[in-house]
Amino acid sequence: ADIISTVEFNYTGDLLATGDKGGRVVIFQREQETKSRPLSRGEYNVYSTFQSHEPEFDYLKSLEIEEKINKIRWLPQQNAAHFLLSTNDKTIKLWKISERDKRAEGYNLKDEDGRLREPFRVTELRVPTLKPMDLMVEASPRRTFANAHTYHINSISVNSDYATYLSADDLRINLWHLEVTNRSFNIVDIKPANMEELTELFKKKRITDVKFSNTANTGSHKSWRWFHVELCVLSAVFEEPEDPSSRSFFSEIISSISDVKFSHSGRYMMTRDYLSVKVWDLNMENRPVETYQVHEYLRSKLCSLYENDCIFDKFECCWNGSDSTIMTGSYNNFFRTFERNSRRDTTLEASRESSKPRAILKPRKVCTSGKRKKDEITVDSLDFNKKILHTAWHPVENIIAVAATNNLYLFQEKVN
Amino acid sequence: EDIEGTLAGIKAIPSYNLQRQSLLDMSLVKLQLCHMLVEPNLCRSVLIANTVRQIQEEMTQDGTWQMINTQSTGQASLDRLVSTDILCRSSRDQAEGKHVPAYGTFNKDFESDQAQDSSETMSTASSVQAPRNLQSNVWEMENPQENKGNFQKSLDQIFETLENKNPNSVEDLFSEVDNSYYDLDTMLTGMMSNTKMGHCDSLETFSSPTNTPSNSNCKSDLNDLDHIVEILVES
Repeated sequence: ADIISTVEFNYTGDLLATGDKGGRVVIFQREQETKSRPLSRGEYNVYSTFQSHEPEFDYLKSLEIEEKINKIRWLPQQNAAHFLLSTNDKTIKLWKISERDKRAEGYNLKDEDGRLREPFRVTELRVPTLKPMDLMVEASPRRTFANAHTYHINSISVNSDYATYLSADDLRINLWHLEVTNRSFNIVDIKPANMEELTELFKKKRITDVKFSNTANTGSHKSWRWFHVELCVLSAVFEEPEDPSSRSFFSEIISSISDVKFSHSGRYMMTRDYLSVKVWDLNMENRPVETYQVHEYLRSKLCSLYENDCIFDKFECCWNGSDSTIMTGSYNNFFRTFERNSRRDTTLEASRESSKPRAILKPRKVCTSGKRKKDEITVDSLDFNKKILHTAWHPVENIIAVAATNNLYLFQEKVN
Repeated sequence: EDIEGTLAGIKAIPSYNLQRQSLLDMSLVKLQLCHMLVEPNLCRSVLIANTVRQIQEEMTQDGTWQMINTQSTGQASLDRLVSTDILCRSSRDQAEGKHVPAYGTFNKDFESDQAQDSSETMSTASSVQAPRNLQSNVWEMENPQENKGNFQKSLDQIFETLENKNPNSVEDLFSEVDNSYYDLDTMLTGMMSNTKMGHCDSLETFSSPTNTPSNSNCKSDLNDLDHIVEILVES
């Protein structure tokens, strides 16, 4: 199993897709409740596995293009088949996942094992019949959208018109039509003419996420199509003034946004930087309404974390379905949840040792002061190779998917 | 006098300047695209480049820059950067986060040649608020100022753009091919950017200059590269 690089529930939460560093996509499906196995409801089992992207070589730059899947987005479901977009740094692919549980038997021109029959052996005609077979889930690539991004694609967003979608890298956003692979439209370009200015630009803005707005879908006026797009072009607009007393050489790096997520209600926005999560009211730009410290104890370790590159780790964050709780990952396979109303925060660990099936997770604590209490972990004994970057929350229920390196953990809120 | 031996027993916090220098060295190594197999993440590269520039601005402002260069020997001062062990680390070491050995070759007047613990006090040291107008000074240093040494040149090259320095790039600008990738290379490593089939091979055919006494093979290769860089920039 390879390192998981993205996790995404579909719209109903019945399907969960993961992408990994090796270019593979694994889809899990939630078991339906059955009389024979009442306890199996809520379990996710492997539904389909396929190789989405292969490594490529860019001859012009003499560099490899990683097959690592950066993002997966499900399309709204229209028929029995499921569609998703998966992307690596450079290429987006549309995949169709369909079930086959019947097959045709009784062909005229070929035998049951597929060999062609000699024409003169066909003495009578018959109509092939459909017979049930074991369920087979097939994934087939339907479209490949390539060569539109100079930099690494970090986000895609599908329009609910089921026809168009956006792809974004750090500096550009392109609009695609799902039927057209040889052309895309560049709608946002913040690349400066002078690359020197890029360093200044990055302090002010950088594209981290794109999303079609939920509010206004498409209308039409003569030959125009309208759509609203929420662009997470992080500008100085949504920026908290820096505290000058805490400024260091690492200030800019740790304040760099690694993930942005809009709340389901559309009223709030959550940003993740290296040490904290901030919730912003979209009507108030000058400061966040809530700030949650994820692992403040790392602030004194920034130099080491810069040396081993951990300071560049891009942690994601997510909302629960009702926007009452937010979740994000940390090191040592820890992840944190924050209840917004009660301000209660919990640290949990995703590891085999601490996660027996059906057992309740024990809260963890990192020891920040000198005296270590029992069951606490000191900062120096944290394993920085075990990082939880990718997490996802079921759209409706309190089920969370946590990717810990090459393992996927699914946790459910215990309902008494 | 065995300075190293004397200091070996002392667990002192390295001076701020030394820490800052090591951070600078570390950052420059991270920017070296020739160590990468895969195209580096733009965000990461820009953040590291910004860190380098911040350090340089601060060093310029508190006069450390001047002081360094007035005390240097007749050697090309680029050696100072070249001779730190950090540059000879393989990229694999980097990935494993191996601890960096001594930066003591930095300046003979610095007392501590001790291997440095990556001390955390650096991040909380009082910072010099480099005013933003310093940025214009940085770019203006493209004018040859010999007392800044070649180190300044290589740093400038990191931030140079196609239009300013590389004559061959002008026609590229107007071609239909998108040369953004070239921008990135040029911006980050200047003349030291090397496509694997391009510069590296041709540069190795140049003879090495006979200036530095202590050399591993790695260091001599880097010396070659810097020598070429000098020639190409001054032409």
